[in-house]
Amino acid sequence: MTATENPERTALMTTADTATPLPSTVRMGLGRGRVEILQFFRDRTAVIFSFLFPALLLLLFDTIFADDYDHPGLSAARVFSASMIAYGIVATSFTTMGIGIATDRDDGTLKRLRGTPVTATAYFLGKLILIAVLTAAEVAVLLAVAVIFFDLPVPSDAGRWLTFGWLFVLSVIACGLLGIAASSLVRSARTAGAVLNVPVVALQFVSGVFVHPITQLPGWMITVASIFPVKWMAQGFRSVFLPDSTVPLEAGGAWEHGRIALVLLAWCVIGSVLCLMTFRWTSTRDA
Amino acid sequence: MTAIEVRGLRKTYGSRTAVSGIDLSIPHGEVFALLGPNGAGKTTTVEILEGHRRRDAGDVRVLGQDPGAGGRGWRARIGIVLQSATDAADLTVAETVRHIAGLYPRPRPAAEVLELVGLSGRAKTKVRALSGGQRRRLDVALGIVGRPEVVFLDEPTTGFDPQARRQFWQLVRALAADGTTILLTTHYLEEAEALADRLAVIAAGTLVAEGTPTTLGGRAGAGSTVSWVGPNGRETEHTDDPAGTIARLSAAGIDPATLTVARPSLEDTYLTLIGEHR
Repeated sequence: MTATENPERTALMTTADTATPLPSTVRMGLGRGRVEILQFFRDRTAVIFSFLFPALLLLLFDTIFADDYDHPGLSAARVFSASMIAYGIVATSFTTMGIGIATDRDDGTLKRLRGTPVTATAYFLGKLILIAVLTAAEVAVLLAVAVIFFDLPVPSDAGRWLTFGWLFVLSVIACGLLGIAASSLVRSARTAGAVLNVPVVALQFVSGVFVHPITQLPGWMITVASIFPVKWMAQGFRSVFLPDSTVPLEAGGAWEHGRIALVLLAWCVIGSVLCLMTFRWTSTRDA
Repeated sequence: MTAIEVRGLRKTYGSRTAVSGIDLSIPHGEVFALLGPNGAGKTTTVEILEGHRRRDAGDVRVLGQDPGAGGRGWRARIGIVLQSATDAADLTVAETVRHIAGLYPRPRPAAEVLELVGLSGRAKTKVRALSGGQRRRLDVALGIVGRPEVVFLDEPTTGFDPQARRQFWQLVRALAADGTTILLTTHYLEEAEALADRLAVIAAGTLVAEGTPTTLGGRAGAGSTVSWVGPNGRETEHTDDPAGTIARLSAAGIDPATLTVARPSLEDTYLTLIGEHR
């Protein structure tokens, strides 16, 4: 039968039969986003750990490394505040996404949705809405801590905020998509946090998020870090919050905005492909 | 046209055969029960029909569609009642029902569904605060909110107390009265007897008997056991004509108060059926 060989066509025919069209992916995705956000903010443990942990790290780093650099006008607090925003985005987008999907697989959310007319894209859209909202809130908390406690000068020119804008959007999408892909490596929600934190923490150190200037790291380490998004995100946020006079401290001796955008875009594409290849609605694998 | 049509269904997990050649034909509007011990292949069969699991061989049609290739339009017409989900714990009952309703083209109103499953009074309760039975009724609500033509109920009343089970049966009868086709799996024989128009017994991956609750496994022709207290104490007799036996006994002056007539229960029939295939 041709009907079984072409499920999309059959679905369209069925829709026509019932007269009422199926809800669009965008509408279902917005619905998913709404319940994702409701559920997240009602789970107090998740809120505390997601929001307060990067903020706590920022407080500790900025307090411990309070000394000024040799560079005029550059304090360690300022450097870490900028880098820590990159860390906050990775922690929230990548880790929350990975743990969230592992949890949905464990508690039956995915199995339930699989039995409804929802599309995988609508499900991902809901998750991306959740992490975009969470990450924006996270960055706001980090900025508030940096400004209130460590006098981080907030950029006044529109150009820097424009950089901040595209950097934020590309970072959240790249990290979110990689989080979806990484969730297929996680066996259960219980171990998800531990498994997903290994690449996150390792990449933070290799990428010079906690080490400035990054040129203190061995050359091979910088080369490895340059493959992954974190190094470029941290560099981008330094370009937003640090004076241009600190450019010589960067590995490439320039802010390299074009290259940052290209690397992050490439990871968005790689992340999408990995999602399509690895995403499973259930954990049971058929022989 | 039949709602569910299965021919020669087979499924193996590694070297273990879960389903080895099942045939089923369930007309529209029928309540069909699949009975069988744990590990007999009930859940595997149902999950293949739901599109949750791939089959190794056989021809399967649910509402005329192959579930393995069922698209969104097909999924809008079936309803799946999960048996062990713990999702949506932080949402309220009404939020959860409304959210799932939003995924269907012509959903039932949330209030109507909550009324149907008896959760109207708990609409604003967080899902995590529901009792086990209430949680399962919410699962039923989520399975039927899309106005499905076929509903899959996999062991829906496991863990229910007797009162909750009776309420649940009323709900299934109401759905059936609406013309919904229902495929139910259960361990409980009285449940199958109370609800099913037809039933089948599955053991070790094959159907060993199929019929109505009164005819299953040759139950109709199995005869009766008449027992009474006579001059020599309690006596029993197995007969195909209990009325004749009773007439003979009362003519012989046996006290009718001591007389009992027993037909093999569905449970006797079932145990015999699955016993033969162990």
